[in-house]
Amino acid sequence: MLSRVADRIFWMSRQMERAENMARILGVTSNLVLLDTGKLQEQTLLAPLSITETEAAYRERHDKLTLPALIEFMALDEKNPSSIYSCLKWARENGHAVRWLITSEMWETLNASWLEMRAIPRNRVTGAGATEFFDWVKERSHLFRGVTYGTIVRGEAFNFSRLGTFLERADNTARILDVKYHILLPSVEDVGGALDYYQWAALLRSVSAFETYRQLYRDQIFPIKVAHLLILERRMPRSLAACFDQVKEAMSRIRGQKDEPAKRLASELHARLSYADVEEVFQGGLHEFLTAVLDDIGELGSRIQRAYLGAV
Amino acid sequence: MHAADGGVRPHFRALADWLAETPADRVAEKRREADLLFHRVGITFAVYGDAQGSNEGSNAGAERLIPFDTIPRVIPKAEWDALVQGLRQRVSALNRFLHDIYHEQEILKADVVPAAQVLTNEAYQVSMLGLDLPNGVYSHVSGIDLVRHEDGTYYVLEDNLRTPSGVSYMLENRKMMMRLFPELFARQHVHPVEHYPGLLLETLRAAAPPAVRDPVVALLTPGQHNSAYFEHAFLAQQMGVELVEGGDLFVKDGFLHMRTTSGPQRVDVIYRRIDDAFLDPLAFRQDSLLGVPGLLSVYRAGNVGLANAIGTGVADDKSTYPYVPEMIRFYLKEEPILQNVPTWQCKRPQDLELVLDKLPELVVKEVQGSGGYGMLIGPAAKKTEIEAFRARIKANPANYIAQPTLSLSTCPTFVEQGLAPRHVDLRPYVLSGKAMKLVPGGLTRVALREGSLVVNSSQGGGTKDTWVVD
Repeated sequence: MLSRVADRIFWMSRQMERAENMARILGVTSNLVLLDTGKLQEQTLLAPLSITETEAAYRERHDKLTLPALIEFMALDEKNPSSIYSCLKWARENGHAVRWLITSEMWETLNASWLEMRAIPRNRVTGAGATEFFDWVKERSHLFRGVTYGTIVRGEAFNFSRLGTFLERADNTARILDVKYHILLPSVEDVGGALDYYQWAALLRSVSAFETYRQLYRDQIFPIKVAHLLILERRMPRSLAACFDQVKEAMSRIRGQKDEPAKRLASELHARLSYADVEEVFQGGLHEFLTAVLDDIGELGSRIQRAYLGAV
Repeated sequence: MHAADGGVRPHFRALADWLAETPADRVAEKRREADLLFHRVGITFAVYGDAQGSNEGSNAGAERLIPFDTIPRVIPKAEWDALVQGLRQRVSALNRFLHDIYHEQEILKADVVPAAQVLTNEAYQVSMLGLDLPNGVYSHVSGIDLVRHEDGTYYVLEDNLRTPSGVSYMLENRKMMMRLFPELFARQHVHPVEHYPGLLLETLRAAAPPAVRDPVVALLTPGQHNSAYFEHAFLAQQMGVELVEGGDLFVKDGFLHMRTTSGPQRVDVIYRRIDDAFLDPLAFRQDSLLGVPGLLSVYRAGNVGLANAIGTGVADDKSTYPYVPEMIRFYLKEEPILQNVPTWQCKRPQDLELVLDKLPELVVKEVQGSGGYGMLIGPAAKKTEIEAFRARIKANPANYIAQPTLSLSTCPTFVEQGLAPRHVDLRPYVLSGKAMKLVPGGLTRVALREGSLVVNSSQGGGTKDTWVVD
């Protein structure tokens, strides 16, 4: 497959997945912010910007940190390259460039999502219609993934689409889990208190894992178990281990040349996330562990780009 | 459709009967269905300067549908066979001419074609001098535009030897007709055209360097914003070859490669749908991002085939056109089967005088113009337009040719008022590889405005399916 074409398919899939994850992050923030006041509220609003590393860009455009302004920036701002608006736009643009190599159902899904996105009234998204909008974005992403899985021929286009989807998802799960690092509790007494509970519960809900947690652990919500679920539990489809099962599988099907550095790193990450000990992770610091994983995911992305996608 | 005596021409019989017995609302319904299908498949073309930049990120505004007319143009097999003889003869002579002007230049030495006409032509490529091409073929895909006079004679309107387009409409129009009106195809035998992509691939593979046993072909497109991108993607898909852009290709160790996910892959033949000037920034336009640096050197070394060859434009230029009958006599020692439209060259003083004198009756074209842009149709033009054109011709006579306004034959066409006669032309596609191949048919374009002679899609023309019938 042409590198340019593979690149388009890889990014098309990443962008749809990223749009979904942006919606998830904003969804949980909108919930949490209702529970907080004062300084804590400020931290809650800051967290999405910290984990997506976009605080500076936000400050350039907005003086105050408010929920409507945050949603405006992360969902609708066309100058923000990871806003939902930008993701849907570029996913469609990439799809358009390769519409002869993807199925017409895939193209129609991308195209319709983008056309609907443009028609949605902005003040509804930043106001009363926020939750409805986030649900819509998630649905479009589910639809696109399902249509892709259900229609595309099993070949390089499929492999690169899967690779893009799960690399992006791993990146986002790691970032969402790291959000707790950015929201410090006001005092030590609050640890394990009601506020702490709601924060962890919201986090689980943001990755559709609340029910799964109850089902698998039948227990109170403990940070170490949440971490276990989102890092190691491969039955949980958004966990890092589950994502890397898919990444590794997609990569094993791709036939490349001089792609050992990429394949080696993918296998290393897969092994680390399969056999990590969650106690050890906490001893060394969850934030430090996640930072290392995120760095490696970034490096893997660059190596994939070099090995297959024609980056010079 | 009708003969001079008013009767229905025999090959149109089946169609005329069908039209007579099919209720009008059913035909209208089918037309709406065709529109919908074309939109859904996305068979659109972009019009230059149309709705650009109105909404960023979406180029939907610039995409338009070419009007499709559901009444086919019908050609009897005997008439078609005669055409084929003429087309083969003409394209053979044109390829011989191209070989000659880049080698011994005998036709120039014999002064059959003036040397200045060829050597100072901006499409003449010095880089092609002395280069031998497989099978001596320069124009692998030739689109010859024909018109049929009321008296039944076919005339060649122009030759297209650079990157002729439109063949995807020929194929899609047939598919659409078979889908909408299967009963029509049951009534009579319509010769098939669907094997065109296979013949094209065979032709392209014949353009590969002779030493290559199993040549890899790729179609080079300027990209998705090009007006003919639909056709590029369509043909690549139909032939099962990669659709590449300049950035996908690179030159290494004297060969052309494409960047793939499994490393560099060699390419032996490029079916290029970009102009000469953009092919190689090292050799031609330096600002071109569409081409491949070093492509010309690989081509000159005989390590890649290009279809069509570089420098074919000198033979399809409207100022070269008047010499084509002479080329046929010179190279083939035959009389031309297909006639040229009588043409006055404004660069000749006596022709210029006559043209300026009879301007309101003539069709005047720019030598390098295409797509129906920059032309004057005397009988249809306003007085002010004619005078403005007169000034332009006087300012640069060498840039214009003029022809009489032919009384073209018409074909029944659906317009708002119902069925009405409209002028048509015909572009058959001649493939030249190891042998010459044509599919029985071509692209019929129709001028949808009453009395109009301009069939170009950019000027409001439409298309029809073209049937060759027994």
